[in-house]
Order: sequence, then C-alpha cells, then structure tokens
Amino acid sequence: MTDVLDLIKSRKLAYEQKVLSLAHAAENSVDVLHIPEKTKYYFEKNAIDHLFEGNAPYRPRYILPDYDKFIENGSEFLQLDPPKDLDELLNSLMILYRHVPSITSFPVYLGNLDKMIEPFIAEYSDDEVRKKLKLFLNYLDRTITDSFCHANLGPEYTRAGRLILEVEKEVQNAIPNLTLKYNPDITPDEMGELALNTSLFCANPAICNHKLNKDTYCCDYGIASCYNILPLGGGAYTLSRIVLPKAAKLAKNIDDFFHTILPDCLQSMGDYMNERVSFLVEESGFFESSFLVKEGLIDKDKFVGMFGIVGLADCTNILLEGTGKRYGHDADADDLADKIMHTISDFVTSFPAKYSPIAEDHFMLHAQVGMDYDKDVTAGVRIPVGDEPENISDHLRHSARFHELIPTGCSDIFSMETTARNNPAAMLDIVKGAFSLGVKYISFYEENSDLVRITGYLVKKSEMEKYRNDQVVLQNTTQLGAPNYDSNKLDQRKVRGV
Amino acid sequence: MKPALIHKIIPHSIVDGPGNRTSIFVQGCNLKCAYCHNPETQQVCSNCGICVEKCPTGSLYFENGEVLWEEEKCDSCGSCIQHCPYHSSPKPKWMTAEEVFKEVEKNIPFIRGITVSGGECTLYPEFLQELFILAQKAQLSCLIDSNGTTDLSQYPKLMEVCSGVMLDVKAWDRKKFKRLTGGENEMVKKNLKFLAHTNKLEEMRIVCIPGEVDVEDILEGIKTTIGDKSRNIKLKLIKFRNHGVKGRLKNTNSPSDEYMKDIQRKALEMGFQHVNIT
Ligand code: SF4
Ligand code: SF4
Repeated sequence: MTDVLDLIKSRKLAYEQKVLSLAHAAENSVDVLHIPEKTKYYFEKNAIDHLFEGNAPYRPRYILPDYDKFIENGSEFLQLDPPKDLDELLNSLMILYRHVPSITSFPVYLGNLDKMIEPFIAEYSDDEVRKKLKLFLNYLDRTITDSFCHANLGPEYTRAGRLILEVEKEVQNAIPNLTLKYNPDITPDEMGELALNTSLFCANPAICNHKLNKDTYCCDYGIASCYNILPLGGGAYTLSRIVLPKAAKLAKNIDDFFHTILPDCLQSMGDYMNERVSFLVEESGFFESSFLVKEGLIDKDKFVGMFGIVGLADCTNILLEGTGKRYGHDADADDLADKIMHTISDFVTSFPAKYSPIAEDHFMLHAQVGMDYDKDVTAGVRIPVGDEPENISDHLRHSARFHELIPTGCSDIFSMETTARNNPAAMLDIVKGAFSLGVKYISFYEENSDLVRITGYLVKKSEMEKYRNDQVVLQNTTQLGAPNYDSNKLDQRKVRGV
Repeated sequence: MKPALIHKIIPHSIVDGPGNRTSIFVQGCNLKCAYCHNPETQQVCSNCGICVEKCPTGSLYFENGEVLWEEEKCDSCGSCIQHCPYHSSPKPKWMTAEEVFKEVEKNIPFIRGITVSGGECTLYPEFLQELFILAQKAQLSCLIDSNGTTDLSQYPKLMEVCSGVMLDVKAWDRKKFKRLTGGENEMVKKNLKFLAHTNKLEEMRIVCIPGEVDVEDILEGIKTTIGDKSRNIKLKLIKFRNHGVKGRLKNTNSPSDEYMKDIQRKALEMGFQHVNIT
C-alpha cells in the first residue's frame, strides 16, 4: 500500500484531491471484473485502455440530470421546494450539483443554463442579474475543481445567455466549459458572433452543430464533460478507448492490423465494457439507491457506453511508414484512415451492448481526446498539432469527413490570431461553412490567451506554471493539462488568421 | 481572357470587407503613396535581376531575360523584396480569372465573398469583370478596394457584377493629394459621386496623418459631393502606422488616439453614422 502512503504524504495534492485519490485506491483494492488473458495483454500494451475508471464501477461515468424536472418539482431527498425566484434557483442548483456523481466525483453537466435561468430574470436589470451570475459562476469555478464539467447555452437567443457570456468574459473562469448549441436557422447571427467573440477572450464557449447533433438520441441531448454528446436524463456508463497507434505497433503489417489486431482489440474492449456496465447495473446498487433515479432526474434506460478511439492520425501514419504519406495531407492516407473508421464503426454498430436501449443496444463511438500519459497519440480523429494544413479550409473539410461516424462527441480546436477579435462575422462565416459540411463541434481561443483548451477541457497557462513549480493548485485538471500541454506540444498548435 | 499580375491570394481575410473573404492582391499601382503599406506591390518587376543573387534558397532564376520564382523552394524570408530597388517583387504570377477563381473556390463555403485589392486592381478591369462573373455564380459578393483613379463609370458591365467599392479618399486638396501620391484626385471625386449614386459605395477610407492629410476638408468634401448618402455609408478612419512603409513618411509617427477620437467625433457631428477607427 505504498501508493496510499504516497498519496497521504503528497505535497502537491490539495486535501480534496487526496481524498478522491484515496477513494480510488480503495476501489482498486478489490477485483470484481472478469478480464480474459487476451484483454489483459492488450491493456498491458495500452492498445486498449480503461482510462483508470477503477476496478469496481459504483456510479456512471457521466450523468446528465434532467434539471428542468428538478426546477419544476424541487427535490424530496434534498428537501428543496421548487425555486420561486432567481436566488432560490441558483441556490437550489448549487445544492443539487454537489450531489451529482461522476467518474471525477464532480458534476460533468450543469444543464442548459440560459434556458433554466431565463424565466427567473424578468424583473431584474442586467446589472442585477450579472452580479448574481458572477457569484454563481465563481462558486462553480472554485468548488467544482475539475474542468471536465459543462454548461450548455442556446440554440435560441436568450437574455440570460447573453448575460452569461458577458459575465464569463469578465471572470475568465476555467469551469464550467460552456458550449453554445448553434443552428443558423434558429440562432441569430448576433448571438453566434457574441459567442465566438467571447471565446477569443476566455476560450469559452465552444460551438456545437445543433442541427447535426440534435437527433443523436430519441430524447434531447446535452454536452457534458469535454464535449460529449449524451442523452439528457441519462448519460454514459463508461468510456474505454482503443489507442490506435499502439494497436498499429502490434501489427506486423496493414493486413495483420485489419485482420487480427484491430478485430481482437475491438472485441476485447466491447466485452470489457459490457463487463463494467453489467457490474454497475446489476451489482453496484447505484440505480436502486440514487435519489436522482428515484426522483426521475435520470433513467437507466438513457445511459450509453462510450466506445472511444484515439490517435487515428498516428495510427495511419504508422501503417504507412516509409511511404512518406501523412494523415491530413495525402488522399491515400485519408482513405486508409477512412477504412479504419468504417471498420471500427461497423463493429460498434453491430456489437451487442448491455443495458443500452437508448442506443439500440449498441455502444457509441466517441473521439477520445487523450490522456496526460499519452505520447505521440493525437486526440480522436484530429490532425496532429504542428502538422495542420496551411489553409484552414482544407483542415475543416478533413474534419467534416472524419466527424461523420462519431455520434457521442468529436471536436476541433483552433488557436486564432488576436486580430480575429475585430471581425466576429468572419469567424461565424467559418463556423457556418464548417457546420454545413458536417463538422460537429468546434472551439477557438486567442493565441495569447491564459485560458487554453487542452484537448477539450480548459486550463490556465498561469496555473500550469504554478504546478510545474511544485505548488498546490486548485483544479486537478491542471495536473492533467500541464503534462499534456507539454508532451503534445500544444504551444505549437497552428495559429490561424482569418 | 485577360490575365492580371497577382501579388498574392489570402484564402481567409478579416480586414478586407464584411465577413470572411478571400483577398486577392494584384501587382502594380498608378500612384506612389508616401505612406504605402504594401510598397512591394507598387511596381511591376523590371527583371533587373538584383534580387536573384540575394535569394538564399535559390528560388529565383533567369529564363529568357525574365526573373522566375520557384515557389516550392521559397521560405518567404523576404530578402528579394527587401533588396528590390524598385519597390517590386519577383514573385507575382500572371493569372487568368479562371485560375484565380480556382484558388477562391477552395474556400467555399467558408467565405461570403472576395475582395480584390492591390496594388490598384482597377488597372485590370476586364480581369475583374471575368472574375466577378465566376464568383457571383457561386453566390459570393465581390468587392473592389481602389484608390479611385480609374473612371469606373466607363465599365458598366464590371459595375453590374461588382457588389461594392471600398474607396480611398486620400486627400481633398489637389496639391495635398499630389504631394502624398504623385497623382491627381479629380477622378477620385468623380468616382465618389458615381459610386454613391449607383449605390456601389461600400466604404470610404481615410488614412489619417496630421499635417499631411486634410481630414476635415475630406469630410466636408464628401458631404458636399454625395450629400445625404454619406449618412449610411461606412467611413473608416485609419490610423497611420509606419510599419512596412518605405516612402517619404517612413519615419513619421502615428497620430494619437485622442486625435483619432477627435476626428471620429467631428465626423459623427457632421452626420456620418457609421464611423470606425482602425
Ligand atoms: S522570399 Fe524571396 S529571397 Fe526569400 S527565399 Fe523566397 S524568393 Fe528567395
Ligand atoms: S523584383 Fe525587383 S530586384 Fe527583382 S528582378 Fe524585379 S525589379 Fe529587379
């Protein structure tokens, strides 16, 4: 148990971070999942990866409560009446958020915040609302000390949405991530431009292609954690990932990759995920005991298993080693990548997943963004940082092609020249074009911004610097972000002028 | 198919007009502004060959008395332009409207239009007309960025396919204009009137340099010339910056922010409604 003692004695972890790490260590002291030898082998080689979710799943990875229902009914368990005014609403939400579990133990989804707030602000002036929102947002930022947390806005224009963006620009918080659900037919240009312009000051909000994502499930969707598109009133049981470049390295050649290694990895991971989901649903007791279930804020039938892939670019480049062809630059490379994607997608859309009626009893593909321990593994289906095409048009066309098969979250990030602040209409033109071609989700930040998007979550450069100097930092995503920023050379992300 | 000498094409540009646009810069200008920010676009290369020897990557070479440029080898160090004694560049290429449009097309659907700038793009009116016909078919708006010295009323077909002109009004007084640009400004005034009346005046631009540019006279002049139309047309007050300037004003300082705000206030008082400082 030296690990445990190391955690206890750590000088770099804040108290709460220690407690959570110790809980994790306790969970890992038991062995309840049946894992075949072959699967263990692929885990060892990191060709597939359980992302350290823990040995004995006792809560779903991501939970998206139906906050509208909570606002309408209050909560018996939390002894809260339905809120009658803005103060009561924000206070009730602050209480409820505290009780929404997740893999990080922090809530990963805070709701469609503008729509939740809008009915409560009619009698207040802009300044009054701003003041209350500022307190609320700062409370969230300082207590949810993990950036894998998301609030949604839009697609309609609301006064509340505008005010949230205005406050966000001022407070410069890393938490929550904000996403504007954007549909050019519904969202006024003015709102789209305000959102994009705000993102060039505080890296928030990101923009989600509402038209393309809204029919992912038969129920409404929310964007949770990094940029995960998940059923509202449900969420994700689990997320594992196949680390494609590691799988490619195990293959003797392209044939071996397609005929042996890839199918083996897919099968192992599918079985493993079913094993996790079964334990969670059948044995952990979560769905029998959680007040969220009892009060109808979540429903077991609205959970999916997220089947992650990462490093499509690096995998393709490994398989084509010696040919000089590169993902994102050569048609042959992209065609090979496309074949890999279709192989994976065909597997996932036919493999039977347990307890997943909302996904028609299958797992769902997700473009996983990478971990702090990854080296030479590019997020999801992105083009490696530093190797981006010269013209952003080519880049976005490429993104559109590879976003297609991924329903539960897939995104691109662009670092922009400061001058882009002067012309939000130009930014919106790019987003409109990208979305019309099939890009599902996109985000921007300004090149010199303190807040930067690592893979999907936000971290402050200044906080990373503290962490590198061995200081205790408030947010544990800083600890993930700092090594990721360095090892993936994110400071070399191509800066786009518009 | 009349080609134009193309200095460069910027696939995505925010500074040249509304929304995201592809900007096309032609080579060659008929004025010699003392404050030109793109002096390397002023003159057409005379093939003197001085730059060939200054290129560290061997991208420039002579062929049949012409200086040619191998784009693949070039690392954009800028040495050629820096050493050219004529404010030119060896890199521009003669391109037809179709060839230019092929480059533009790559950026659809991310752009809402194109802007042709320079140099002075109205020196190539046939090229512009052909390019705009192609762009309009693709639903792109087509803007011209011009110094106003070409009689645009002589090109009705071009004006039909042109969505608007962003016009420089560099000075109102004839002598001031001459001293600043080496040219005459009668045509600029004529174009101002013509464009305003045909609703093709997208924007008016004044580069502000106290002492050199008679900004207040320009504002008065515009108002007298186009009357009420001046209310709704964008007016851009550009703060002079000597960055990149090689002409007479290369050591002149920028006007203060207060000066710019003062001019803006005066313009607003005179009834201009859309006044921006950049
Ligand atoms: S910029 Fe000019 S000098 Fe420099 S490499 Fe290119 S052609 Fe040669
Ligand atoms: S670019 Fe200038 S230096 Fe080079 S050949 Fe032309 S005129 Fe001479």
